[in-house]
Amino acid sequence: MARMVTIRRVVVSTAAAWLFGFLIFFPILWMILTSFKTELDAFATPPSFLFFHWTTENYATVQERSDYIHHAINSILIAGLSTLIAMLIAVPAAWSMAFAPTKRTKDILLWMLSTKMMPPVGVLVPIYLIYRDFGLLDSRAGLIFILCLGNLPIVVWMLFTYFKEIPKDILEAARMDGATIGRELIYVLTPMAIPGLASTMLLNFILAWNEAFWTLNLSTLEAAPLTVFIASYSSPEGLFWAKLSAASTLAIAPVLVLGWFSQRQLVRGLTFGAVK
Amino acid sequence: MGQISLQGVRKSFGPVNIIRGADLDIEDGSFVVFVGPSGCGKTTLLRLIAGLEDVSGGKILIDGKNVVDVPPAKRGLSMVFQSYALYPHMSVRGNIAFGLKMAGLPRAEIDRKVEAAAATLNLTPYLERKPRELSGGQRQRVAIGRAIVREPKAFLFDEPLSNLDAALRVQMRLEVTRLQKQLATTAVYVTHDQVEAMTMADKIVVLNAGNIEQYGSPLELYERPANVFVAGFIGSPKMNFISGDVARQYNAATIGVRPEHLRIDRDGQGWPGTVTVAEHLGSDTFLYVDAGKIGTLTVRYVGELDLAAGDPVSLSPDPARVHRFTEDGTSIRA
Amino acid sequence: MATQQTQLLARSLLAPAVVLLFIWMIVPLAMTVYFSTLHYNLLDPGTESFVGFENFRYFLTDPAFLASLRNTLVLVGSVLGITILLGVPVALLLDQPVVGLNIVRLMVIAPFFVMPTVSALIWKNLLMHPVSGLFAWLFRLVGLEPIDWFNDAPLFAIILIVSWQWLPFATLILLTALQSLDEEQKEAAEMDGARAWSTFIYITLPHLARPITVVILIETIFLLTVFAEIFVTTGGGPGLQTTNIAFLIYSQALVQYDIGNASAGGLVAVVIANIVAFFLVRIVGRNLEA
Repeated sequence: MARMVTIRRVVVSTAAAWLFGFLIFFPILWMILTSFKTELDAFATPPSFLFFHWTTENYATVQERSDYIHHAINSILIAGLSTLIAMLIAVPAAWSMAFAPTKRTKDILLWMLSTKMMPPVGVLVPIYLIYRDFGLLDSRAGLIFILCLGNLPIVVWMLFTYFKEIPKDILEAARMDGATIGRELIYVLTPMAIPGLASTMLLNFILAWNEAFWTLNLSTLEAAPLTVFIASYSSPEGLFWAKLSAASTLAIAPVLVLGWFSQRQLVRGLTFGAVK
Repeated sequence: MGQISLQGVRKSFGPVNIIRGADLDIEDGSFVVFVGPSGCGKTTLLRLIAGLEDVSGGKILIDGKNVVDVPPAKRGLSMVFQSYALYPHMSVRGNIAFGLKMAGLPRAEIDRKVEAAAATLNLTPYLERKPRELSGGQRQRVAIGRAIVREPKAFLFDEPLSNLDAALRVQMRLEVTRLQKQLATTAVYVTHDQVEAMTMADKIVVLNAGNIEQYGSPLELYERPANVFVAGFIGSPKMNFISGDVARQYNAATIGVRPEHLRIDRDGQGWPGTVTVAEHLGSDTFLYVDAGKIGTLTVRYVGELDLAAGDPVSLSPDPARVHRFTEDGTSIRA
Repeated sequence: MATQQTQLLARSLLAPAVVLLFIWMIVPLAMTVYFSTLHYNLLDPGTESFVGFENFRYFLTDPAFLASLRNTLVLVGSVLGITILLGVPVALLLDQPVVGLNIVRLMVIAPFFVMPTVSALIWKNLLMHPVSGLFAWLFRLVGLEPIDWFNDAPLFAIILIVSWQWLPFATLILLTALQSLDEEQKEAAEMDGARAWSTFIYITLPHLARPITVVILIETIFLLTVFAEIFVTTGGGPGLQTTNIAFLIYSQALVQYDIGNASAGGLVAVVIANIVAFFLVRIVGRNLEA
């Protein structure tokens, strides 16, 4: 541990790491650069990397032509509300499994996990028909509902692993100190759980934002979030690369920022606590 | 007042009986230590008194009132946890004040009491710090402060010193004892360390496999252990047990002799043996002697003794200090 | 280990989540099972009739099923191979003393946060376009003939895109696992005379065995149902070359409106996923004990 690392080693590994990082990040960088080009520059061969005519007109066009704001609001509402509802259902469930476990708790947790493993395509037909019959196709409520259920197992699991780390002793100490269950929640549990709650919400917001099976199959226009909005560029209109890039940049920017904040919690959330 | 009685208290988790029927009277103001090997049920018994577990049967009386259906907070007890269980997001002041705040005391009174408790425990300079900014010993003090500030009928301690290093443990042992005497509040203290039990307790409860083996003062337990288990558990180094022909000479199935009650003769009479290891501590000398058919015997000699591994010795027990046990392990009293 | 009062409360708090998930799992699945035994086409309403296992026979013997099964397996296997074979060295690299590690980490993790439709379209157009794409320019720069990715190697193109999306996931998990490796173990190996390579083989790799298993299982769950990337790039074509099982079922259900057949296919997908899920649940379950 406390040993001097040779300068040479640091230089070599730093250079290699930055090179790798840059290569992996490059498609995103290239997309952002292209979004500031004119359509002509976007197609140019050889491509120009920095010395092109910088313009922001693509962003204006994207909003004008395809109503970016409308779809962005859909994305925010769908991802936000589905996360919020999932939290409302999952917090009590995770709390009870973490702090008052029974013999069946483990089975319930694993069963919840297994529902997440059901391929959505396996239930596409009935969900589509139910939605058609209840008029939920292309509705925000329909998408909120299905994304909420789809992410519920992950939310419960993440919260469970966070709650599990709060020492039981502390809650018992609060009980000895005369706190009722309600006050125990407000004064002791919640302040200690806030970081876990926040990162759970963040990760699930991201997952819901990027969800591209149900959104593509169950919405077309009115309720369509950004995933569907971008998919519409796969039509010949996609040939307008600069505009595609501008639209894409707008679509991923919010979660890219959020994602960078939540990256440390990501591993735990996505591996159901199997890797910490 | 803080008089606690257990009457036929039982606890089982499913088919597993943790406590098999405990009867115990803890006098007001006394310091009672539950001691026993891990898994003997001592912590469970403490948690039953605290109300953190429901009893499966029997009664727990606090000042004559059965409290088995009373929630923990209403029993008027306070507890110091092994992990200290401090609220990490609250300052020291917040931690100590929490119980009073829950009880709805006026602000000024809370402040006064918290500051008094902090002064008693030398915590005044740290009142605004968070637990993570404190050393292990300081955290321990905060946990104790949280317990005393509520002026409970009794303190419950769950192995509170086991996370401290050896030197600090000895110091805190003294402080806890002194504080308890000063406040004259009943204390129930759980530990697996018989030295802690012997040094701190007015009375010791020795538990084994869910049973109370013996209840008495430290010296009673040392001098008149009720059975083989207590005899072996209390005292350090452990009592030597000898069975077979030698025991039969004493009309017992097994006899026990404490290491400090074996006399050493270099060439005299007694049980012949060879020293295998000699530990010289200066104040004491511990010898491990291979005594042939009798087995390996531990000997404690006060002071320095010039013996080394390989030296032959003869050992003879102090006849007045030989403990005799029947086949099933109970003591035979003359 | 708590009092009865809390147990009761706990159960009532758990109930909503359990009930909702139970309904969510059982109702659609039961409907899928039911539809799978019907002749049922939305374009041909009123002709529903019970056909027993006919849909399964039809689905499983359909050449499209075999092709899509093959594509699914190739896609899953290749992406797993690429992400792990690249993920291990990248994770090892990021575990070294690197100046500006936080920024490098951000760059490496970024693709994971890009929505599938965006990454597919950016790769398809900006990078893989046979004439104006960046790859085409790079190929010409070194004197090679540019590849027409989506005509000549469509499945490979999809594999590249999906691998790019999942490499961060593998790297991040492996890196987390590496950082939890006890430094003293490595030092003990060093004291025992192990060189860097032996330390990697005998200490680091065995330590990574579990996280690698987890990566394989979780990626498999998600990769079995890759959909959006195919939907926006190739639409399953040319021919059936990029149709995986998920896309096949989608096109039967919502393009041909053959509900019976799509349901039978859906159940086949459920069975395949369950085989993988079985192993994942066992691994996670074992961890829960500890």
